[in-house]
Amino acid sequence: MQTVIESSGICKKFGETVALDNITFNVGESEIFGLIGPDGAGKTTLFRIITTISLPDSGSMKVLGLDAIAGFRELRRRIGYMPGRFSLYQDLSVEENLEFYATVFGTTVKENYDLISDIYSHIEPFKKRLAGKLSGGMKQKLALSCALIHKPDLLVLDEPTTGVDAVSRQEFWDMLRKLRQHNITIIVSTPYMDEAMRCDRVGLIQGGRILTVDNPENIRTGFSAILYRIRAAEKYRLLIALRKYSGISSAYPFGDSVHATFRTGRIDESFREFLRSEGMENVTIEESPADIEDRFLELMAAVKTEQGK
Amino acid sequence: MRTILYLIRKEFLQIFRNKFIGRAIFGVPIIQMLILVPAVTFEMKNISLCIVDKDMTPESRGLISRLDGSTFFHYRYTTFSESQARQLMNANKCTLVLEIPRGFGKDTGNGIPGRIMASINAINSSTAQLTWAYLNGVLRDYNADIIRQNPGSLSGQPVPIIQVTNRYWYNEKLVYSHYMVPGILGILVTAIGFILAGLNMVREKEIGTIEQINVTPVRKYQFIISKMAPFLIIGLIDLALGMVLGKLFFKVPFEGSVALLFLCSTIFLIAILGFALFISTFAGTQQQFMFIAFFCMIIFILMSGIFTPLESMPGWAQRVDLVNPVAYIMRINRMVILKGSTISDISRDIWSLVAIAVSFTFFAVKRYRKTA
Repeated sequence: MQTVIESSGICKKFGETVALDNITFNVGESEIFGLIGPDGAGKTTLFRIITTISLPDSGSMKVLGLDAIAGFRELRRRIGYMPGRFSLYQDLSVEENLEFYATVFGTTVKENYDLISDIYSHIEPFKKRLAGKLSGGMKQKLALSCALIHKPDLLVLDEPTTGVDAVSRQEFWDMLRKLRQHNITIIVSTPYMDEAMRCDRVGLIQGGRILTVDNPENIRTGFSAILYRIRAAEKYRLLIALRKYSGISSAYPFGDSVHATFRTGRIDESFREFLRSEGMENVTIEESPADIEDRFLELMAAVKTEQGK
Repeated sequence: MRTILYLIRKEFLQIFRNKFIGRAIFGVPIIQMLILVPAVTFEMKNISLCIVDKDMTPESRGLISRLDGSTFFHYRYTTFSESQARQLMNANKCTLVLEIPRGFGKDTGNGIPGRIMASINAINSSTAQLTWAYLNGVLRDYNADIIRQNPGSLSGQPVPIIQVTNRYWYNEKLVYSHYMVPGILGILVTAIGFILAGLNMVREKEIGTIEQINVTPVRKYQFIISKMAPFLIIGLIDLALGMVLGKLFFKVPFEGSVALLFLCSTIFLIAILGFALFISTFAGTQQQFMFIAFFCMIIFILMSGIFTPLESMPGWAQRVDLVNPVAYIMRINRMVILKGSTISDISRDIWSLVAIAVSFTFFAVKRYRKTA
């Protein structure tokens, strides 16, 4: 497998703030690589370096076999970039935007239509509409079409699903899956951890550092403790109570339950007693396999305590 | 080249899709011409005189009748009270108060220099200077008459008199609008180019579209050209519009070559557009740009010599004007339109303008590259 992105020791500072700290990872050909991390983790900064519009302070970034600094001109021809903020011309129509980006890349809509037809067909009925007047999901499809119109070898998507409804998100990921048939490598960032499972490989980034890179299943099974799913009628009160408990290791709210781990590993009778003393009735406790999110939270917490020291 | 043309097409599409801007681009210059040219004028109007004659002799009346004979003063007040005269001055009713003290007639008759007092409202210094000059002229004539009527007083020699006949070249009737039209044409082109181009560029930054453009193979110079060309074309169309208005409404004689005027305006527009784009690289929002642009425009325009001649500015200001493109176009417009100057007459100005245009544009491209 050929390496499409080869990042080694990338550092970037904005004044005193360290945005990226020694970022090293690889992305292989035709992979969907997910970069998962909270807001301000450095995802956009890293993407701007990959797409040649920002320069790293140190380290080397090789994209499609070319140096991101020296080979920027050639790279810009071969990368499709969809910035986090919708950045097409809102006062141009759907059709005009697509045509504009095709022309700017020296190609035509017709030439690469087969590549985008799946996506563009959803918005083609509205092709005369101004881009600014589209709904969030349609804007995102248009932006993806525009990023793809020159048949890039690498597609860089910065938080493409932020602010998009659940159905459109689902559709979007299906579209990305399909793009793999065309030999397009995709690197995508997202703050939604549930989207991690849909990537081939995932990098977890926090505070400008990559915590782990692996396939989602390996990351998930890397969870080191025994996880309990605890439910009660009043979830918030339960969470507060759990965090008060001296034997607790971690407690995070997940949907309708709280995921908790314990210092003792397994739950003992003292915990049930504690719950009773807190006045929590009808609490269901079950052991459960960890989600990838549990592992992420575990990794992040580990970094935090390490930094705390 | 194809990319540039396509980029320019896109700009035009966007400009005219915005209904307000699309109309304002041609409406604003028309309104500007029709309002500014007749409004901004230095012609002396409504200059009034107040006379406090405490002498009431044939001599004092002789002096007054001379002032009355002119059309320079719009209205004449007469009073015997100084305080009333001061009130008229305070109320802005008169520009000049002329006080003739008792004994004026007697003194001049006896060969003692007569004394009068003139008070001039100098709020507007050019009006005051002109009024003073006019009064002086009248007094000089009056003096000469006294000398002539009293041959004994100056050993009987004939008084030599130099007769001056003057003619105002290039604007014979001193029509102020003829002077203003070329100036306003310059301002009009400046405003269109400077504001619109700069705002357009900053808008791309503000909305984030520049981020998307930066990752395309579009080269910096292509992008800059595509931002300049549409406003260059619009500026020239506005210039043509303004010239037609000047001809139709203000009967401005176009002595020189129209082609030369357009050539100079093209170079000038490139300079202004380059400067606007240069500033836009510093500004992150349209608000920031407008703030800086406003100050630059005020300085450029007020120092350009549109209202006050460059020659009367202090030396340092004249040196600053060496890099002020508006000062050049102001001079060129007036020379070409009113004087009929040819390309060789103004070649120095043209070359300076070329140098400014090239350097501003160079800096704009240079700066833009750094921020990307």
